[in-house]
Amino acid sequence: MAQLWEHPLTVPVIVMIVILAGFPLVAGYMVLVERKVLADMQVRLGPMRVGPHGLLQPIADALKLLLKEDVVPAHADKLLFWIAPIVSVFTALTAFAVLPFSHNVYITDVNVGVLVVSAMGAVGILGIILGGWSSNSHYPLLGALRSSAQLVSYEVALALALLCGVMSAGSLSMVEIVNVQRERGIWFVFDNYGLMVVPFVIYFIAAAAETNRAPFDLPEAESEIVAGFHTEYSGFRWALFMLAEYAHIFVVASVAVTLFWGGWLRPFPNLPWSAALDYLAPLVVIAGAGTGSLWLVRGLREPGHRMLLGVVGVALIGLGATFLVPAVNAAVIGLFWFLLKVGGIVYVLIWFRGTFPRLRYDQLMKAGWRWLIPLGLASVLLNALVGVWRQG
Amino acid sequence: MPASFPDLYFPVLLQVVIAFAVATGLVAMAFLVGKRVRGKVKEMPYECGIPPTGSARERFSVKFYLVAMVFILFDIEAIFLYPWAVVYRELKLFAFVEMFVFIALILAGFFYIWKKGVLNWSREEPEVVTERRYPDAV
Repeated sequence: MAQLWEHPLTVPVIVMIVILAGFPLVAGYMVLVERKVLADMQVRLGPMRVGPHGLLQPIADALKLLLKEDVVPAHADKLLFWIAPIVSVFTALTAFAVLPFSHNVYITDVNVGVLVVSAMGAVGILGIILGGWSSNSHYPLLGALRSSAQLVSYEVALALALLCGVMSAGSLSMVEIVNVQRERGIWFVFDNYGLMVVPFVIYFIAAAAETNRAPFDLPEAESEIVAGFHTEYSGFRWALFMLAEYAHIFVVASVAVTLFWGGWLRPFPNLPWSAALDYLAPLVVIAGAGTGSLWLVRGLREPGHRMLLGVVGVALIGLGATFLVPAVNAAVIGLFWFLLKVGGIVYVLIWFRGTFPRLRYDQLMKAGWRWLIPLGLASVLLNALVGVWRQG
Repeated sequence: MPASFPDLYFPVLLQVVIAFAVATGLVAMAFLVGKRVRGKVKEMPYECGIPPTGSARERFSVKFYLVAMVFILFDIEAIFLYPWAVVYRELKLFAFVEMFVFIALILAGFFYIWKKGVLNWSREEPEVVTERRYPDAV
Protein backbone atom coordinates (compact mmCIF):
# COMPACT_ATOMS: atom_id res chain seq x y z
CA MET A 1 0.00 0.00 0.00
CA ALA A 2 2.77 2.39 0.92
CA GLN A 3 4.45 1.56 -2.37
CA LEU A 4 1.32 2.40 -4.28
CA TRP A 5 1.17 5.75 -2.47
CA GLU A 6 4.78 6.48 -3.40
CA HIS A 7 4.18 5.81 -7.08
CA PRO A 8 4.51 9.04 -9.08
CA LEU A 9 1.27 8.45 -10.97
CA THR A 10 -0.96 7.96 -7.91
CA VAL A 11 -1.81 11.60 -7.20
CA PRO A 12 -2.29 12.54 -10.89
CA VAL A 13 -4.64 9.61 -11.47
CA ILE A 14 -6.71 10.41 -8.37
CA VAL A 15 -6.99 14.08 -9.37
CA MET A 16 -7.84 13.04 -12.93
CA ILE A 17 -10.65 10.73 -11.80
CA VAL A 18 -12.06 13.35 -9.43
CA ILE A 19 -12.05 15.97 -12.20
CA LEU A 20 -13.55 13.81 -14.92
CA ALA A 21 -16.19 12.28 -12.66
CA GLY A 22 -16.93 15.46 -10.74
CA PHE A 23 -16.79 18.19 -13.34
CA PRO A 24 -20.16 17.47 -14.99
CA LEU A 25 -21.71 17.96 -11.54
CA VAL A 26 -19.65 21.12 -10.95
CA ALA A 27 -20.74 22.46 -14.35
CA GLY A 28 -24.35 21.74 -13.45
CA TYR A 29 -23.99 23.73 -10.25
CA MET A 30 -22.16 26.53 -12.09
CA VAL A 31 -25.28 26.80 -14.26
CA LEU A 32 -27.47 26.88 -11.15
CA VAL A 33 -25.29 29.58 -9.55
CA GLU A 34 -25.40 31.56 -12.78
CA ARG A 35 -29.19 31.33 -12.96
CA LYS A 36 -29.51 32.29 -9.31
CA VAL A 37 -27.11 35.24 -9.55
CA LEU A 38 -28.72 36.55 -12.75
CA ALA A 39 -32.14 36.13 -11.14
CA ASP A 40 -30.95 38.10 -8.14
CA MET A 41 -29.62 40.89 -10.37
CA GLN A 42 -32.98 41.05 -12.13
CA VAL A 43 -34.95 40.92 -8.85
CA ARG A 44 -36.33 37.45 -9.53
CA LEU A 45 -36.05 34.25 -7.53
CA GLY A 46 -34.63 31.91 -10.18
CA PRO A 47 -35.14 28.13 -9.93
CA MET A 48 -37.09 27.35 -6.76
CA ARG A 49 -39.08 24.17 -7.41
CA VAL A 50 -36.66 21.25 -7.48
CA GLY A 51 -35.20 20.88 -4.01
CA PRO A 52 -34.87 23.71 -1.47
CA HIS A 53 -34.21 26.94 -3.39
CA GLY A 54 -33.61 24.90 -6.55
CA LEU A 55 -30.70 22.99 -5.03
CA LEU A 56 -31.44 19.78 -6.97
CA GLN A 57 -32.20 21.53 -10.27
CA PRO A 58 -28.91 20.50 -11.99
CA ILE A 59 -29.58 16.81 -11.27
CA ALA A 60 -33.10 17.06 -12.65
CA ASP A 61 -31.76 18.86 -15.73
CA ALA A 62 -29.09 16.22 -16.33
CA LEU A 63 -31.64 13.38 -16.09
CA LYS A 64 -34.02 15.19 -18.41
CA LEU A 65 -31.30 15.78 -20.99
CA LEU A 66 -30.22 12.16 -20.81
CA LEU A 67 -33.72 10.94 -21.62
CA LYS A 68 -34.31 13.49 -24.38
CA GLU A 69 -34.63 12.48 -27.98
CA ASP A 70 -31.50 12.90 -30.04
CA VAL A 71 -32.45 14.43 -33.39
CA VAL A 72 -29.99 14.40 -36.30
CA PRO A 73 -31.02 16.56 -39.26
CA ALA A 74 -31.62 14.57 -42.45
CA HIS A 75 -28.91 16.20 -44.56
CA ALA A 76 -26.32 16.57 -41.84
CA ASP A 77 -22.84 15.11 -42.15
CA LYS A 78 -23.56 12.33 -39.64
CA LEU A 79 -19.99 11.50 -38.65
CA LEU A 80 -18.89 15.10 -38.06
CA PHE A 81 -22.19 15.84 -36.34
CA TRP A 82 -21.33 13.10 -33.85
CA ILE A 83 -17.71 14.07 -33.42
CA ALA A 84 -18.15 17.84 -32.91
CA PRO A 85 -19.42 17.83 -29.30
CA ILE A 86 -16.89 15.19 -28.35
CA VAL A 87 -14.06 17.35 -29.69
CA SER A 88 -15.38 20.33 -27.74
CA VAL A 89 -15.59 18.42 -24.47
CA PHE A 90 -12.36 16.51 -24.56
CA THR A 91 -10.24 19.53 -25.47
CA ALA A 92 -11.81 21.55 -22.64
CA LEU A 93 -11.26 18.73 -20.16
CA THR A 94 -7.69 18.06 -21.31
CA ALA A 95 -6.71 21.60 -20.35
CA PHE A 96 -7.37 20.59 -16.72
CA ALA A 97 -4.28 18.38 -16.90
CA VAL A 98 -1.92 21.32 -16.34
CA LEU A 99 -3.95 23.45 -13.91
CA PRO A 100 -2.20 23.74 -10.52
CA PHE A 101 -5.06 23.51 -8.02
CA SER A 102 -2.66 23.55 -5.11
CA HIS A 103 1.00 22.93 -4.30
CA ASN A 104 0.17 19.22 -3.95
CA VAL A 105 -2.94 18.85 -6.12
CA TYR A 106 -2.29 18.86 -9.86
CA ILE A 107 -2.21 16.25 -12.58
CA THR A 108 1.12 17.17 -14.07
CA ASP A 109 3.47 20.11 -14.26
CA VAL A 110 4.81 20.25 -17.82
CA ASN A 111 7.30 23.01 -18.55
CA VAL A 112 5.05 24.57 -21.21
CA GLY A 113 1.79 24.50 -19.25
CA VAL A 114 0.59 27.89 -20.51
CA LEU A 115 1.01 26.74 -24.09
CA VAL A 116 -0.89 23.49 -23.44
CA VAL A 117 -3.87 25.49 -22.21
CA SER A 118 -3.75 27.86 -25.22
CA ALA A 119 -3.39 24.93 -27.61
CA MET A 120 -6.37 23.11 -26.15
CA GLY A 121 -8.44 26.30 -26.39
CA ALA A 122 -7.45 26.62 -30.06
CA VAL A 123 -8.37 23.00 -30.87
CA GLY A 124 -11.67 23.52 -29.07
CA ILE A 125 -12.63 26.04 -31.78
CA LEU A 126 -12.59 23.09 -34.17
CA GLY A 127 -15.50 21.48 -32.32
CA ILE A 128 -17.58 24.63 -32.87
CA ILE A 129 -16.70 24.89 -36.57
CA LEU A 130 -17.39 21.18 -37.16
CA GLY A 131 -20.68 21.36 -35.29
CA GLY A 132 -21.87 24.39 -37.25
CA TRP A 133 -20.77 23.13 -40.63
CA SER A 134 -21.94 19.53 -40.30
CA SER A 135 -25.50 20.56 -39.39
CA ASN A 136 -26.06 21.66 -43.00
CA SER A 137 -28.39 24.44 -41.92
CA HIS A 138 -28.11 28.18 -42.30
CA TYR A 139 -28.07 29.42 -38.74
CA PRO A 140 -25.46 26.98 -37.44
CA LEU A 141 -23.17 27.80 -40.36
CA LEU A 142 -23.46 31.53 -39.67
CA GLY A 143 -22.90 30.91 -35.96
CA ALA A 144 -19.84 28.77 -36.63
CA LEU A 145 -18.29 31.36 -38.96
CA ARG A 146 -18.89 34.21 -36.54
CA SER A 147 -17.63 32.14 -33.72
CA SER A 148 -14.39 31.09 -35.40
CA ALA A 149 -13.63 34.65 -36.56
CA GLN A 150 -14.32 35.97 -33.07
CA LEU A 151 -12.29 33.31 -31.29
CA VAL A 152 -9.22 33.69 -33.48
CA SER A 153 -9.39 37.49 -33.18
CA TYR A 154 -9.40 37.45 -29.40
CA GLU A 155 -6.91 34.64 -29.13
CA VAL A 156 -4.11 36.98 -30.19
CA ALA A 157 -5.00 39.46 -27.46
CA LEU A 158 -5.24 36.58 -25.00
CA ALA A 159 -1.78 35.32 -25.96
CA LEU A 160 -0.28 38.81 -25.59
CA ALA A 161 -1.85 39.27 -22.15
CA LEU A 162 -0.56 35.87 -21.00
CA LEU A 163 2.85 36.87 -22.32
CA CYS A 164 3.05 39.62 -19.68
CA GLY A 165 2.40 37.13 -16.91
CA VAL A 166 5.02 34.80 -18.35
CA MET A 167 7.51 37.68 -18.46
CA SER A 168 6.98 38.42 -14.79
CA ALA A 169 7.47 34.76 -13.88
CA GLY A 170 10.21 33.85 -16.34
CA SER A 171 8.66 30.42 -16.81
CA LEU A 172 5.89 28.70 -18.75
CA SER A 173 5.23 26.06 -16.10
CA MET A 174 2.03 26.77 -14.19
CA VAL A 175 3.40 25.53 -10.85
CA GLU A 176 6.61 27.48 -11.30
CA ILE A 177 4.66 30.67 -12.06
CA VAL A 178 2.90 30.43 -8.69
CA ASN A 179 6.15 29.55 -6.91
CA VAL A 180 7.80 32.68 -8.29
CA GLN A 181 4.88 34.73 -6.95
CA ARG A 182 5.41 33.14 -3.53
CA GLU A 183 9.13 33.85 -3.54
CA ARG A 184 8.65 37.46 -4.58
CA GLY A 185 5.70 37.82 -2.22
CA ILE A 186 3.43 39.52 -4.74
CA TRP A 187 0.49 38.55 -6.91
CA PHE A 188 1.48 39.37 -10.48
CA VAL A 189 -1.56 41.55 -11.06
CA PHE A 190 0.10 44.09 -8.73
CA ASP A 191 3.57 43.63 -10.22
CA ASN A 192 5.61 46.27 -12.11
CA TYR A 193 4.22 49.11 -9.98
CA GLY A 194 0.65 48.18 -10.91
CA LEU A 195 1.25 48.12 -14.67
CA MET A 196 0.28 44.44 -14.79
CA VAL A 197 -3.34 45.42 -14.24
CA VAL A 198 -3.48 46.34 -17.94
CA PRO A 199 -2.68 42.84 -19.26
CA PHE A 200 -5.07 41.37 -16.70
CA VAL A 201 -7.92 43.55 -17.97
CA ILE A 202 -7.02 42.62 -21.57
CA TYR A 203 -6.91 38.96 -20.56
CA PHE A 204 -10.26 39.20 -18.84
CA ILE A 205 -12.01 40.83 -21.80
CA ALA A 206 -10.43 38.39 -24.25
CA ALA A 207 -11.31 35.46 -21.99
CA ALA A 208 -14.96 36.52 -21.90
CA ALA A 209 -14.87 36.58 -25.71
CA GLU A 210 -13.04 33.23 -25.90
CA THR A 211 -15.68 31.51 -23.80
CA ASN A 212 -18.54 33.03 -25.84
CA ARG A 213 -19.87 34.81 -22.79
CA ALA A 214 -22.01 37.93 -22.84
CA PRO A 215 -21.37 40.65 -23.98
CA PHE A 216 -19.43 38.66 -26.60
CA ASP A 217 -21.98 35.87 -27.06
CA LEU A 218 -22.57 36.64 -30.74
CA PRO A 219 -21.99 33.02 -31.84
CA GLU A 220 -25.19 32.16 -29.97
CA ALA A 221 -27.07 35.42 -30.31
CA GLU A 222 -30.64 34.18 -29.92
CA SER A 223 -32.28 37.24 -31.41
CA GLU A 224 -30.31 36.96 -34.66
CA ILE A 225 -29.24 33.42 -35.39
CA VAL A 226 -31.35 31.28 -33.04
CA ALA A 227 -28.70 29.38 -31.08
CA GLY A 228 -25.74 29.73 -33.42
CA PHE A 229 -23.57 26.69 -34.04
CA HIS A 230 -25.63 24.34 -31.85
CA THR A 231 -29.06 25.18 -33.27
CA GLU A 232 -29.48 21.65 -34.62
CA TYR A 233 -28.20 19.93 -31.51
CA SER A 234 -30.62 18.52 -29.01
CA GLY A 235 -30.58 16.30 -25.96
CA PHE A 236 -27.32 15.19 -24.48
CA ARG A 237 -25.11 16.30 -27.35
CA TRP A 238 -26.30 19.84 -26.76
CA ALA A 239 -25.51 19.30 -23.09
CA LEU A 240 -21.97 18.32 -24.05
CA PHE A 241 -21.48 21.68 -25.78
CA MET A 242 -22.71 23.36 -22.60
CA LEU A 243 -20.37 21.18 -20.51
CA ALA A 244 -17.48 22.22 -22.76
CA GLU A 245 -18.43 25.87 -22.40
CA TYR A 246 -18.47 25.71 -18.62
CA ALA A 247 -15.26 23.68 -18.53
CA HIS A 248 -13.72 26.39 -20.69
CA ILE A 249 -14.93 29.09 -18.30
CA PHE A 250 -13.38 27.20 -15.39
CA VAL A 251 -10.10 26.85 -17.29
CA VAL A 252 -9.79 30.52 -18.27
CA ALA A 253 -10.66 31.55 -14.71
CA SER A 254 -8.00 29.15 -13.38
CA VAL A 255 -5.39 30.52 -15.76
CA ALA A 256 -6.26 34.06 -14.69
CA VAL A 257 -5.88 33.03 -11.05
CA THR A 258 -2.59 31.25 -11.69
CA LEU A 259 -0.93 33.96 -13.75
CA PHE A 260 -2.32 37.09 -12.16
CA TRP A 261 -3.92 36.33 -8.81
CA GLY A 262 -1.35 34.19 -7.08
CA GLY A 263 -2.76 30.71 -7.70
CA TRP A 264 -3.11 28.84 -4.43
CA LEU A 265 -1.37 31.56 -2.36
CA ARG A 266 -3.17 33.52 0.34
CA PRO A 267 -3.18 37.34 0.25
CA PHE A 268 0.21 38.77 1.33
CA PRO A 269 1.88 35.34 1.11
CA ASN A 270 5.21 36.59 2.48
CA LEU A 271 3.90 38.22 5.67
CA PRO A 272 3.64 35.89 8.69
CA TRP A 273 0.62 37.61 10.25
CA SER A 274 -1.50 36.85 7.19
CA ALA A 275 -1.28 33.14 8.07
CA ALA A 276 -4.26 33.86 10.30
CA LEU A 277 -6.26 34.30 7.09
CA ASP A 278 -5.66 30.61 6.34
CA TYR A 279 -7.88 29.79 9.31
CA LEU A 280 -10.21 32.75 9.27
CA ALA A 281 -11.22 32.83 5.59
CA PRO A 282 -12.48 29.23 5.27
CA LEU A 283 -14.40 29.63 8.50
CA VAL A 284 -16.04 32.84 7.32
CA VAL A 285 -16.74 31.64 3.77
CA ILE A 286 -17.73 27.98 4.20
CA ALA A 287 -19.22 28.04 7.68
CA GLY A 288 -20.84 31.36 6.81
CA ALA A 289 -22.53 29.73 3.81
CA GLY A 290 -23.65 26.91 6.12
CA THR A 291 -25.12 29.36 8.62
CA GLY A 292 -26.88 31.13 5.76
CA SER A 293 -28.39 27.81 4.64
CA LEU A 294 -29.66 27.11 8.17
CA TRP A 295 -31.13 30.59 8.26
CA LEU A 296 -32.96 29.93 4.99
CA VAL A 297 -34.48 26.74 6.43
CA ARG A 298 -36.88 28.84 8.49
CA GLY A 299 -38.67 30.09 5.38
CA LEU A 300 -39.27 26.62 3.90
CA ARG A 301 -42.50 24.71 4.37
CA GLU A 302 -41.91 21.28 2.86
CA PRO A 303 -40.32 18.90 5.42
CA GLY A 304 -38.09 17.18 2.84
CA HIS A 305 -36.70 20.51 1.69
CA ARG A 306 -36.17 21.67 5.27
CA MET A 307 -34.25 18.52 6.11
CA LEU A 308 -32.07 18.63 2.98
CA LEU A 309 -31.10 22.27 3.42
CA GLY A 310 -30.51 21.66 7.13
CA VAL A 311 -28.15 18.78 6.37
CA VAL A 312 -26.33 20.90 3.76
CA GLY A 313 -25.99 23.74 6.27
CA VAL A 314 -24.62 21.52 9.03
CA ALA A 315 -22.24 19.81 6.58
CA LEU A 316 -20.89 23.18 5.42
CA ILE A 317 -20.35 24.35 9.00
CA GLY A 318 -18.58 21.06 9.74
CA LEU A 319 -16.44 21.49 6.63
CA GLY A 320 -15.51 25.02 7.68
CA ALA A 321 -14.62 23.74 11.15
CA THR A 322 -12.26 21.04 9.79
CA PHE A 323 -10.10 23.87 8.43
CA LEU A 324 -9.27 24.71 12.06
CA VAL A 325 -7.27 21.47 12.42
CA PRO A 326 -3.70 22.51 11.54
CA ALA A 327 -2.78 19.28 9.72
CA VAL A 328 -5.93 19.36 7.56
CA ASN A 329 -5.51 23.07 6.99
CA ALA A 330 -1.97 22.67 5.69
CA ALA A 331 -3.13 20.02 3.22
CA VAL A 332 -6.20 21.69 1.73
CA ILE A 333 -5.81 25.45 2.25
CA GLY A 334 -4.18 25.88 -1.18
CA LEU A 335 -7.14 24.23 -2.85
CA PHE A 336 -9.48 26.48 -0.87
CA TRP A 337 -7.79 29.69 -1.95
CA PHE A 338 -7.55 28.55 -5.56
CA LEU A 339 -11.23 27.63 -5.80
CA LEU A 340 -12.26 30.79 -3.93
CA LYS A 341 -10.43 32.96 -6.46
CA VAL A 342 -11.76 30.96 -9.40
CA GLY A 343 -15.24 31.42 -7.94
CA GLY A 344 -14.65 35.17 -7.73
CA ILE A 345 -13.59 35.37 -11.38
CA VAL A 346 -16.55 33.24 -12.50
CA TYR A 347 -18.83 35.51 -10.49
CA VAL A 348 -17.51 38.57 -12.32
CA LEU A 349 -18.11 36.81 -15.66
CA ILE A 350 -21.73 36.19 -14.63
CA TRP A 351 -21.92 39.81 -13.51
CA PHE A 352 -20.81 40.83 -17.02
CA ARG A 353 -23.69 38.85 -18.45
CA GLY A 354 -26.13 40.53 -16.11
CA THR A 355 -24.81 44.01 -16.91
CA PHE A 356 -23.63 44.52 -20.48
CA PRO A 357 -25.76 44.41 -23.62
CA ARG A 358 -24.48 42.32 -26.51
CA LEU A 359 -22.09 43.98 -28.95
CA ARG A 360 -22.78 44.30 -32.66
CA TYR A 361 -20.50 42.11 -34.78
CA ASP A 362 -18.51 44.93 -36.39
CA GLN A 363 -18.04 46.54 -32.98
CA LEU A 364 -16.75 43.24 -31.68
CA MET A 365 -14.16 42.82 -34.42
CA LYS A 366 -13.16 46.47 -34.15
CA ALA A 367 -12.70 46.21 -30.40
CA GLY A 368 -10.59 43.09 -30.80
CA TRP A 369 -8.29 44.19 -33.60
CA ARG A 370 -8.07 47.95 -33.18
CA TRP A 371 -8.03 48.18 -29.39
CA LEU A 372 -7.08 45.00 -27.62
CA ILE A 373 -4.23 43.86 -29.87
CA PRO A 374 -2.36 47.23 -30.06
CA LEU A 375 -2.98 47.67 -26.33
CA GLY A 376 -1.67 44.16 -25.70
CA LEU A 377 1.51 44.83 -27.70
CA ALA A 378 2.00 48.13 -25.87
CA SER A 379 1.60 46.49 -22.48
CA VAL A 380 4.07 43.75 -23.45
CA LEU A 381 6.68 46.36 -24.38
CA LEU A 382 5.97 48.54 -21.34
CA ASN A 383 6.14 45.64 -18.89
CA ALA A 384 9.32 44.38 -20.56
CA LEU A 385 10.88 47.84 -20.25
CA VAL A 386 9.94 48.12 -16.58
CA GLY A 387 11.21 44.59 -15.98
CA VAL A 388 14.56 45.32 -17.64
CA TRP A 389 14.86 48.61 -15.80
CA ARG A 390 14.14 47.01 -12.42
CA GLN A 391 16.74 44.37 -13.18
CA GLY A 392 19.26 47.23 -13.44
CA MET B 1 7.22 14.51 -8.78
CA PRO B 2 9.08 12.82 -11.60
CA ALA B 3 11.27 14.99 -13.75
CA SER B 4 11.83 13.04 -16.94
CA PHE B 5 10.12 14.15 -20.12
CA PRO B 6 7.86 11.11 -20.75
CA ASP B 7 6.87 10.94 -17.07
CA LEU B 8 5.69 14.56 -17.18
CA TYR B 9 3.72 14.23 -20.39
CA PHE B 10 2.22 10.80 -19.80
CA PRO B 11 -0.53 12.19 -17.51
CA VAL B 12 -1.49 14.69 -20.24
CA LEU B 13 -1.83 11.85 -22.72
CA LEU B 14 -3.80 9.85 -20.18
CA GLN B 15 -6.09 12.83 -19.63
CA VAL B 16 -6.66 13.14 -23.40
CA VAL B 17 -7.56 9.45 -23.67
CA ILE B 18 -9.84 9.36 -20.62
CA ALA B 19 -11.53 12.67 -21.47
CA PHE B 20 -12.19 11.38 -24.99
CA ALA B 21 -13.57 8.13 -23.57
CA VAL B 22 -15.82 9.99 -21.12
CA ALA B 23 -17.20 12.27 -23.86
CA THR B 24 -17.81 9.36 -26.22
CA GLY B 25 -19.34 7.33 -23.41
CA LEU B 26 -21.78 10.13 -22.52
CA VAL B 27 -22.92 10.47 -26.14
CA ALA B 28 -23.27 6.70 -26.49
CA MET B 29 -25.21 6.47 -23.23
CA ALA B 30 -27.63 9.19 -24.35
CA PHE B 31 -27.96 7.36 -27.66
CA LEU B 32 -28.90 4.12 -25.89
CA VAL B 33 -31.17 5.59 -23.20
CA GLY B 34 -33.15 8.19 -25.14
CA LYS B 35 -36.06 7.09 -27.30
CA ARG B 36 -36.18 8.04 -30.96
CA VAL B 37 -39.12 8.61 -33.23
CA ARG B 38 -38.04 9.56 -36.72
CA GLY B 39 -40.04 11.89 -38.87
CA LYS B 40 -39.49 13.73 -42.14
CA VAL B 41 -40.51 17.10 -40.76
CA LYS B 42 -38.62 16.61 -37.52
CA GLU B 43 -35.37 15.96 -39.35
CA MET B 44 -35.59 19.09 -41.47
CA PRO B 45 -33.01 21.78 -40.74
CA TYR B 46 -34.32 24.46 -38.40
CA GLU B 47 -35.42 27.59 -40.18
CA CYS B 48 -37.83 29.30 -37.76
CA GLY B 49 -40.83 27.33 -38.93
CA ILE B 50 -40.68 27.84 -42.69
CA PRO B 51 -39.41 25.14 -45.09
CA PRO B 52 -35.66 25.61 -45.55
CA THR B 53 -34.55 27.19 -48.81
CA GLY B 54 -31.49 25.88 -50.61
CA SER B 55 -28.39 24.25 -49.27
CA ALA B 56 -26.45 25.68 -46.36
CA ARG B 57 -23.21 24.98 -48.17
CA GLU B 58 -22.95 28.47 -49.56
CA ARG B 59 -20.12 30.83 -50.20
CA PHE B 60 -19.48 33.30 -47.43
CA SER B 61 -17.84 36.68 -47.05
CA VAL B 62 -14.16 36.95 -47.90
CA LYS B 63 -13.71 38.88 -44.65
CA PHE B 64 -13.62 35.61 -42.75
CA TYR B 65 -10.67 34.39 -44.84
CA LEU B 66 -8.85 37.68 -44.33
CA VAL B 67 -9.33 37.45 -40.57
CA ALA B 68 -8.01 33.89 -40.61
CA MET B 69 -4.88 34.93 -42.51
CA VAL B 70 -4.18 37.95 -40.33
CA PHE B 71 -4.75 35.77 -37.27
CA ILE B 72 -2.10 33.30 -38.36
CA LEU B 73 0.45 36.11 -38.76
CA PHE B 74 -0.31 37.63 -35.38
CA ASP B 75 -0.53 34.36 -33.53
CA ILE B 76 2.85 33.29 -34.86
CA GLU B 77 4.18 36.65 -33.73
CA ALA B 78 2.74 36.15 -30.23
CA ILE B 79 4.12 32.60 -30.01
CA PHE B 80 7.50 33.86 -31.24
CA LEU B 81 7.56 36.27 -28.29
CA TYR B 82 7.09 33.50 -25.71
CA PRO B 83 10.69 32.17 -25.64
CA TRP B 84 11.95 35.72 -25.31
CA ALA B 85 9.49 36.39 -22.47
CA VAL B 86 10.93 33.46 -20.50
CA VAL B 87 14.55 34.61 -20.68
CA TYR B 88 14.35 38.38 -21.24
CA ARG B 89 15.61 39.09 -17.73
CA GLU B 90 18.93 37.40 -18.45
CA LEU B 91 19.32 38.95 -21.90
CA LYS B 92 18.44 42.43 -20.60
CA LEU B 93 18.42 45.50 -22.82
CA PHE B 94 20.00 43.79 -25.84
CA ALA B 95 17.08 41.40 -26.37
CA PHE B 96 14.59 44.10 -25.51
CA VAL B 97 15.86 46.32 -28.32
CA GLU B 98 15.80 43.41 -30.76
CA MET B 99 12.23 42.55 -29.79
CA PHE B 100 11.29 46.20 -30.03
CA VAL B 101 12.50 46.20 -33.65
CA PHE B 102 10.57 42.99 -34.30
CA ILE B 103 7.36 44.38 -32.84
CA ALA B 104 7.86 47.65 -34.70
CA LEU B 105 8.06 45.73 -37.99
CA ILE B 106 4.89 43.83 -37.11
CA LEU B 107 3.19 47.10 -36.20
CA ALA B 108 4.15 48.55 -39.59
CA GLY B 109 2.33 45.63 -41.21
CA PHE B 110 -0.55 46.11 -38.82
CA PHE B 111 -0.79 49.77 -39.76
CA TYR B 112 -0.78 48.78 -43.45
CA ILE B 113 -3.68 46.30 -43.15
CA TRP B 114 -5.54 48.80 -40.99
CA LYS B 115 -5.28 51.48 -43.68
CA LYS B 116 -6.13 48.93 -46.39
CA GLY B 117 -9.42 48.39 -44.57
CA VAL B 118 -8.94 44.73 -43.61
CA LEU B 119 -10.06 45.52 -40.09
CA ASN B 120 -13.18 47.37 -41.26
CA TRP B 121 -15.89 44.82 -40.71
CA SER B 122 -18.78 46.96 -41.92
CA ARG B 123 -18.30 48.45 -45.37
CA GLU B 124 -18.18 52.01 -44.07
CA GLU B 125 -18.82 53.87 -40.90
CA PRO B 126 -22.55 54.22 -40.19
CA GLU B 127 -23.97 57.37 -41.68
CA VAL B 128 -24.74 60.24 -39.38
CA VAL B 129 -28.35 61.26 -39.83
CA THR B 130 -28.23 65.02 -40.32
CA GLU B 131 -31.82 65.75 -41.23
CA ARG B 132 -35.13 64.24 -40.28
CA ARG B 133 -36.75 62.61 -43.25
CA TYR B 134 -40.24 63.11 -41.89
CA PRO B 135 -40.14 66.46 -40.09
CA ASP B 136 -43.77 66.21 -39.01
CA ALA B 137 -43.37 62.86 -37.28
CA VAL B 138 -42.26 63.07 -33.71
